[in-house]
Amino acid sequence: MTQFNMPTVGEQLRENGISRRAFLKFCGLLASSMALAPSMIPKLAEALEKATRPSVIWLSFQECTGCAESITRAHSPSLEGLIFDTISLDYQHTLQAAAGEAAEQARDEAMQANYGKYVLIVDGSIPLGNAGYSTIAGVSNLDMLKQVAKGAAAIIALGTCAAYGGLPQANPNPTGAVAVADIIKDKPIINVPGCPPIPVVITGVIAHFLAFGLPALDHLGRPKAFYGQNIHDRCYRRPFYERGLFAETFDDEGAKQGWCLYKLGCKGPITYNACATTKWNDGTSFPIESGHGCIGCSEPGFWDFGGLYNPVSLPSSLSSQHVVFATGIGVAAGVAIAALNKQAKQQAKQTREPVNVDQLNREVQL
Amino acid sequence: MTERVVVDPITRIEGHLRIEAQMNGSTIEQAYSAGTMVRGIEIILRGRDPRDAWAYAQRICGVCTLVHGMASIRSVEDALKYSIPHNAQLIRNLMIAAQYVHDHVMHFYHLHALDWVDVVSALKADPKATSELAQTVSPHWPNASTGYFADQQAKLKKFVDAGQLGIFAKAYWGHPAYKLPPEANLMAVSHYLEALQWQRDVVKLHTIFGGKNPHPNFVVGGVPCAIDLNSDSAINAKRLAQVQDIIQKMRTFVDQVYVPDTLAIAGFYKDWFKQGEGLGNFMTYGDFPEKSLYEPESCLIPRGVILNRDLSRIYPVDLNADDQIQEFVAHSWYSYSGGQTQGLHPYQGETELNYTGPQPPYTQLEVDKAYSWLKSPRWQGKAVEVGPLARMLMLYAGNYPQAKELVDSSLKTLDLPIDALYSTMGRTAARTLETKIIADKMQGWFDSLIANIKAGDTKTFNETLWEPASWPSQAQGVGFMEAPRGALAHWIVIEHGKIANYQAVVPSTWNAGPRDVNNQAGAYEASLQGHVLHDPKQPVEILRTIHSFDPCIACAVHVTDPEGEELVKVQVR
Repeated sequence: MTQFNMPTVGEQLRENGISRRAFLKFCGLLASSMALAPSMIPKLAEALEKATRPSVIWLSFQECTGCAESITRAHSPSLEGLIFDTISLDYQHTLQAAAGEAAEQARDEAMQANYGKYVLIVDGSIPLGNAGYSTIAGVSNLDMLKQVAKGAAAIIALGTCAAYGGLPQANPNPTGAVAVADIIKDKPIINVPGCPPIPVVITGVIAHFLAFGLPALDHLGRPKAFYGQNIHDRCYRRPFYERGLFAETFDDEGAKQGWCLYKLGCKGPITYNACATTKWNDGTSFPIESGHGCIGCSEPGFWDFGGLYNPVSLPSSLSSQHVVFATGIGVAAGVAIAALNKQAKQQAKQTREPVNVDQLNREVQL
Repeated sequence: MTERVVVDPITRIEGHLRIEAQMNGSTIEQAYSAGTMVRGIEIILRGRDPRDAWAYAQRICGVCTLVHGMASIRSVEDALKYSIPHNAQLIRNLMIAAQYVHDHVMHFYHLHALDWVDVVSALKADPKATSELAQTVSPHWPNASTGYFADQQAKLKKFVDAGQLGIFAKAYWGHPAYKLPPEANLMAVSHYLEALQWQRDVVKLHTIFGGKNPHPNFVVGGVPCAIDLNSDSAINAKRLAQVQDIIQKMRTFVDQVYVPDTLAIAGFYKDWFKQGEGLGNFMTYGDFPEKSLYEPESCLIPRGVILNRDLSRIYPVDLNADDQIQEFVAHSWYSYSGGQTQGLHPYQGETELNYTGPQPPYTQLEVDKAYSWLKSPRWQGKAVEVGPLARMLMLYAGNYPQAKELVDSSLKTLDLPIDALYSTMGRTAARTLETKIIADKMQGWFDSLIANIKAGDTKTFNETLWEPASWPSQAQGVGFMEAPRGALAHWIVIEHGKIANYQAVVPSTWNAGPRDVNNQAGAYEASLQGHVLHDPKQPVEILRTIHSFDPCIACAVHVTDPEGEELVKVQVR
């Protein structure tokens, strides 16, 4: 890691009264959320302790502030302290005290002082349709992204909008919205999708980057530690799927007993994210646990998957009334989806085309 | 001498807002409010399944992360005359109320406080005196010992001494407009950090019923979470106990920290009870039904318009009347085919995206022409303010007992007349007081939910109109609500099971919109007029008044359809 003439994270933590024990406990939780072996905990602790507080510049473009809200929800022992003490968040519209010219000065100074070393976080897509569609301090999003990316050590594209274009890019993409990776080609980019991403996944990725540098990424640029698993494969309702037991409405007996939400349109089978394992808001619940199907929010193009309540393995024109026969073929369809999904994703890697349900459906029918 | 003071970005808000102030000496002569970002969510919604709309609309905003989902669901239910089970109504009330309490507290501590609280000054505080102050202000809040504040101060000192101020860098610390003694600053900074921890615990109410936060899940026709006391995979006794615990945590924090802090801080800024009002016109749509949204008398917050501060007369509001709510684009980056002077009701909306502003990078907007992505909504041609102040005035005018008592006792504590409400600090205080009313109401809704379940009613979803085949071929409806930032409504037109038109007019469009065709200023613009800036390079005065509205900036997107046959208006925060 880059060295600064600043206290290390470890020093900061001790000065701020965070005990060694609490810190190690945090590292343990972090390691488990990052799917690291227990033997890695001391290494993680060591790496975090030695890391200085790198400057982080956060640019918000076509966004809803949900990603920034999400990071404030991150639980874990002393996590709040760690967020404040691990990085120096030098520009972040939602939280920073300074406004206007002073805020822009803060950004300029942080860029100059840490040129080549700072981490750039971007939330929101970038509209290419017209420079006037989104500006900050009179500067277009495109210009500001290019300017700030130039001196960045790495970029975290936070949320599905920054990672893949997200909602603004959904059909018919009225503003010509694109992802960070569509513009910046010469910097390492970590995509952290989700609408928003899980709070502890955001902080986990930042911590991983500080401790170990770039994490291993999947073919869509997502850290494997958090996006390597299919939600359906990890879902606690999966056994009911295998047995062909499905909720038919939101409050029938199946819904009450926690049966599979496949027929209510759950996109778990085509979605890769940590919701089913990490869960949300301090492990309280996750969408499927609270009775609503996964909407697939960490996948490129998920807004055009063909309807929240249409089952993924069937033609989207059929409604849930017509899918009774799905019970019988559920298992086989699930297997087919997994294989086809892999194939479609492989293809997506080359073309950067979103994988959508229609494609999958076509292949299922063939 | 006139000069233009520009503040862009306005930070500590949701979204992208720019304020330009035309100065006469050190006084703001005219202010201009500009939303500088558009996405086009409503055009994206066209042709989609109305049951899906909530998820798209919800992404209008991730701060008030519930409200657009809820307004969307209600618009579909209104269009289809789709009733929801009583349990679902109660759970929605709890979720909306939780959004208020969470959002208002975060606004106060994390978005607004730093306009009044000097973080650096807290380093000079005497921890013992701070402890005494805290125990006077809030006798029952446990985090109030000398040692606690000494620790907090030490933490802050290490942070500042390390030289990396992060989010606190480059602010206007030491500006003479900051009036709090160091001890009050230290107490407030400590509560800033406590509120950050508190909010992530109480937000779990959304996670329990909606699976996650930000952006919890909803469903047209009810709520997605099933109730079954005998299941480990539904809302059961354990979940309900968690909810009860959260409600208690919310009320405790509001009573013991948020309300006392607001009154304590306000006491040092009485001059801010004399400026920053703006329009004097206020509007609410109403919300929090005891029974159904269509029984307005059962709503906690009534609907109406107050003009020129006259609390003796409440005008009725009709969301469907063509001549009541209209939108103007004379100073917005859109064009109307019938000319820029007309006003159109959302159902007749017809607009086209038309950026005519300066080519970025620019230093100044052309305020005599179009200068914002927001439109200018008007009620019967009048600019009105929406939000907490409007709601508290409406409750006060309607003699709602708790509102009367809270307003009167707060004014008495501060030794201020009723007119003090019409101000920057009055708006901020109104937000705090309504939070207390709503947090207290949560217990009643929760008790009703328990009683209902106890009586054997576990219905949470009405499946009768779920299938589009059961819908009429044409339907239209409006989903309204009181969002934390004010009156919000989504208008939807459904044709053959798909969305034919979708429009949202959001609170911050009412408040932050630009001048209309008659050059009437919007609420932000009017509220800034006459402010004196101590130092135009450090315009903390502008931040105070703008933040008192809690901006959540809408971007209004108005686009033609691909064939160009029909113009559709969509409006996005």
